[in-house]
Amino acid sequence: MVKILMKGNEAIGAAAIKAGCKFFFGYPITPQNELPEFMSRELPKINGVFVQAESEISAINMVYGAAGAGFRVMTSSSSPGLALKQEGISYIAGAELPCVIVNISRGGPGLGGIQPSQADYYMCTRGGGNGDYRHIVYAPATLQEAVDLTIEAFDVADYYRNPVMILGDGMIGQMMEPVEFREPKKRELPLKCWATDGTEGKRNPNIISSLFLDPAELEKHNFKLDKKYKDMEENEVRYEMYMVEDAEIVIIAYGTTSRITRNVVDALRNENIKVGLIRPITIWPFPNKAFKEISSSTKAILTVEMSMGQMIDDVKIANEGRLPVHFYGRAGGMIPTPDAIIGKVREIMGGDK
Amino acid sequence: MTVVFQRTKGLTDKQFHYCPGCTHGVIHRLVGEVLEELNIVGKSIGVAPVGCSVLAYDYFNCDMHEAAHGRAPAVATGIKRTRPDNVVFTYQGDGDLASIGTAEIVHAAHRSEKFTTIFVNNAIYGMTGGQMAPTTLIGQKSTTSPEGRDLITTGMPLRVAEMMATIEGAVFVERVSVHNVPHIRKAKKAIKKAFEVQLAGIGFGIVEILSTCPTNWGMTPVDSLKWLEQNMIPYYPLGNFRTPEEVR
Ligand SMILES: Cc1ncc(C[n+]2csc(CCOP(=O)(O)OP(=O)(O)O)c2C)c(N)n1
Ligand code: SF4
Repeated sequence: MVKILMKGNEAIGAAAIKAGCKFFFGYPITPQNELPEFMSRELPKINGVFVQAESEISAINMVYGAAGAGFRVMTSSSSPGLALKQEGISYIAGAELPCVIVNISRGGPGLGGIQPSQADYYMCTRGGGNGDYRHIVYAPATLQEAVDLTIEAFDVADYYRNPVMILGDGMIGQMMEPVEFREPKKRELPLKCWATDGTEGKRNPNIISSLFLDPAELEKHNFKLDKKYKDMEENEVRYEMYMVEDAEIVIIAYGTTSRITRNVVDALRNENIKVGLIRPITIWPFPNKAFKEISSSTKAILTVEMSMGQMIDDVKIANEGRLPVHFYGRAGGMIPTPDAIIGKVREIMGGDK
Repeated sequence: MTVVFQRTKGLTDKQFHYCPGCTHGVIHRLVGEVLEELNIVGKSIGVAPVGCSVLAYDYFNCDMHEAAHGRAPAVATGIKRTRPDNVVFTYQGDGDLASIGTAEIVHAAHRSEKFTTIFVNNAIYGMTGGQMAPTTLIGQKSTTSPEGRDLITTGMPLRVAEMMATIEGAVFVERVSVHNVPHIRKAKKAIKKAFEVQLAGIGFGIVEILSTCPTNWGMTPVDSLKWLEQNMIPYYPLGNFRTPEEVR
């Protein structure tokens, strides 16, 4: 299969089209602009539709309508824009509709900056919208992985009737790498018999709604959703273990920071320092089970993030208080250097002696 | 026995939850009749708002999609753009359309989305208990304008039909009222035209319908109809603001 050199944002767009997405609703924000620009170019060629909405709120609600109408649909944004989309994401989750949402995140809070950051971890994994809801969040570390996960995300969304998020950062969105478009592992998908496509007088009206005025009914709905989220936790967790078996220090990092950290592991291993990496690929559901595989040789855990420490909470939960958990983070669009992470590892090892 | 009057096929059998004398019910019926008469019940997809008509999805006998407060025009855009052959409409109150969802309606009209909006202006927030709406009249009492709405701190009531008429993409704009039978007939005509505009694929159509809220206005249904006629119509003049050549 041919490999094509592509920019991250465009590769994600191309992957979505490959997955059968013909509808895209978006609003410009750096560093994800190449994605809606790509869709505005490519979708008309396949009789698809691109709409530049007047706001992120509107864009996600267009997604809500299109998903309800039974189509594969995507939107993308970056941090402040994703904050605005949270209202719609809650409704889409509540109404149990499938869609794919891409967040190419940048530094915050507020208008922040336009450089890569991982400070949307809480917003993406906990949801900024109201109510008890969850969605899978894939955090690719390479563009090939971004492509593979985007293609699969549409199936996963349809399978669970739930929004799925691709979380990259400005680095993933802006860099170029060779990618190939592979066929995804196919799932058996349910028919969209719930879609609003007109009764044609042949069936009762379909109603798409997240409103349950009777608290007992709403609780029942919440229990049903919760069961679905438990299924996702059971079946959709993904992570990668790198040299963890005999590691004295296990580093946890996802996305861009995991690329840097992998190099750190290699460099330290060259010095016979036993370091390993757990790389969550889904940050929700979080790979708690990876931490059960940590061996008795491990003395400490180090979480590396481009934030002031958000994933560290999940790491502590997964670790269940067994090992000390250290943190190294940079914020605001600053990227950790391998040397700085190596310095942190040495500091922990020194402290352990 | 001959049947002289029956429920329209555009509506389900479900009983309305609206307060006695509330004209939401009349407007539902008109929309249902138009759907039936144009023979489009089977291909229609409605978008329900947040407000007293939040349960509109239980009443219209077609596929329905509930939307977040104010976002119905965006949801309708998503549906119509993916299903251009279906008939799509939104049903929205004045808090929904003229307050939280102003951006959505203005831009859907501006893009001339090919759906129809039924805009119910009762000059108050009904569902949440009678707070001031952008459409509340000067001097009108509401739970958040207890001394009566004043111009200095809250601005003038928003005239939506006039505002929409300034937007080129809004190809059909009419304001009607349902305070008596002749006007109910006119209202139905306008609603029908707005759907015909959509069927002809011309662009965005909106019908603003002056409606009552006896409960939150604190009046009997009959007094409410009088109040509408005497107070709302002078500020919200009835009439057609724009109709495309094709459906004149
Ligand atoms: C985001 C959000 N804000 C506020 C509300 C509460 N709310 C429900 S209905 C409503 C007002 C509706 O008034 P209107 O659109 O005039 O409809 P009416 O009830 O008068 O028919 C409000 C503010 C909500 N549901 N969601
Ligand atoms: S509160 Fe007002 S608008 Fe709502 S149903 Fe009652 S009368 Fe109608």
